[in-house]
Parts: sequence; structure tokens; C-alpha cells
Amino acid sequence: MTFDIIVNVALKDAILDPAGQSTAKVLRNMGYPVQDVRIGKQIKLQVTAESLNDAKEQARQMAEKLLANPVMETYDIVVNES
Amino acid sequence: MKVGVITFPGSNCDTDTFEALKQLGVDAVPLWYTDTSLSGIDRLILPGGFSYGDYLRSGALAAQAPIMDAVEQAIEEQDLPVLGICNGFQILCERGLLPGALRPNASGEFRCTWEYVRVNAVPESFPGLKPGEVLRLPIAHHEGAYAVEPGQLAPLFENQQVFLQYSDEHGAVHALTNPNGAVANIAAVSRGPVVGLMPHPERAMAAYLGSADGARFLKAWLGEDMA
Repeated sequence: MTFDIIVNVALKDAILDPAGQSTAKVLRNMGYPVQDVRIGKQIKLQVTAESLNDAKEQARQMAEKLLANPVMETYDIVVNES
Repeated sequence: MKVGVITFPGSNCDTDTFEALKQLGVDAVPLWYTDTSLSGIDRLILPGGFSYGDYLRSGALAAQAPIMDAVEQAIEEQDLPVLGICNGFQILCERGLLPGALRPNASGEFRCTWEYVRVNAVPESFPGLKPGEVLRLPIAHHEGAYAVEPGQLAPLFENQQVFLQYSDEHGAVHALTNPNGAVANIAAVSRGPVVGLMPHPERAMAAYLGSADGARFLKAWLGEDMA
């Protein structure tokens, strides 16, 4: 079976996000009442797996080992059958 | 004649651009990204670099900097000649003052090489160049692959907006002379008095450093006002 996986990676709240801060500052200069901006990334994958649970476990391992850095980032995973 | 050079947070070719203008005997005026007036400026350069760290997208945040309102106004009201080099090109595209966008190089690599570019159509602000001329200029970028929306390439050529194309030393334009995956090998485009290019003319000011074609290029832009 084929599964679509979405991994959303974000910097932990305690980690300084210069890209988010710069973007927030520019948005405020443009006149928008922006309090805060945090910039993450979305990674879309397609995998083959035996079951939904297998696909979720693969996704978790890929996120832990490569897609996110657990020291400074958090991630969440969405898995759907293709 | 006074040429303004804007420094954005992260611009790193502003000093080189000043030096190049100084070498050509031009009165160069430093401008800061928060400035709101361009009065007394006859021509304007947006230099290369990594404005705002290229966060979000290259040039996207700088395109909204306070001075860009004045730049847009001066282009509309006075036909102010504006030259965007590398990151400056990206800023002009992000602001919508030039068509298209710069996406990451097809190779995925930062490219820092000497390239030849052929003049395809001469913009109004470059009276000194002729179609078919070939220049040798350096590039240094990660997001320099020029792109347009589907259906927009033909109009760009028809409207004489394709200024420079990556070529070989004889001016032949083909896939092997494309360093970044730009559509139709496009290295520079124009719209009215606004011109943007990925190569760095300010880094090609003397033959002993590789090429003096940058000096030739900037002289052509400065035109008959060059004294």
C-alpha cells in the first residue's frame, strides 16, 4: 500500500527564529498588527508500507533521524493512504 | 550625475559597487533601506548580497523595505533608471517591478563561475550596447534560475524584455551554456527603465582580475551622461 505523509517541522519555542522575527518586523512595517511569526517547513513524502501503523512508524523514524533535529525542533506527522 | 546605491540589511556588494562607480568617475551616493526620499538621484543601483538573510524567499523582505515605496514612485513618475544586480534583481522581481521570479539553481548548488552573456534586446537605459554583443561576467548565486509563469516567455521576447542570455564566447545560446537552469538561458530582463541581471558587473572591472566587461557594461548603462 502507498501512503502520503506530511511532516511539519518547527523550531522549538525557546529557539530564536531570526527568519520569523525579520518577517514579523517587515509585516508590522507594512501595517499589519502582527505579534509574532515562527517559520517552519512542511515535508511531503510518499512511502510504501504494510499498514497505516507501519507507515506511521516509518515516518516517526525518518523525522527523528533526519527530517527534524530533536535538539531544537519539534515535528508532527500526518499519514493518509494514497 | 548622481548614482544612488541602496544598502539593505545583508547587502554585501554595496561597497564593491561604490568602488566600481568611483573607478568610472561617477558621483555615488549611499542610501539606506529606511530612507524615504530619492531626491537628487539620477540613477539607482540595488546591489547584490543576501538582504534580510534571504529569509522567506530571496529579496522578498527587502522588496517591502521603506525605501522601495520611493523607488516605485520614482520609476512611475520620473522614469528613474534602476539597475538590480543579483539580489537586487531578486528584490525587483519580488516587488513586481520586473516580470518573473528567481528560483533555486537547477543543480541545487551555489554557482560561483565566470560566464558569457549575449545581448538579446537592448533596454532603453543601455544606449551603449548592441544586440549580439558578448560580455564575460561572473555569477555567484544559489537562487538565480529565472522563471516565468506558463505562457509568459513568448511575450517577454516579443516585448524585447529579454536583455541578456547565458551563451558561449561566440554568443551561441544553448543548454550547455546555462549555469543555473534559467528558462531560455535568461540572465537579465528589463521593463521600461528598470533592469535586473544575475551576473556581477562590479566584479569585472579590470582585465587582470578576469574581465573588464563589467566596466563596459556599467559605462553603457551610465550612457552619454558619462563625463
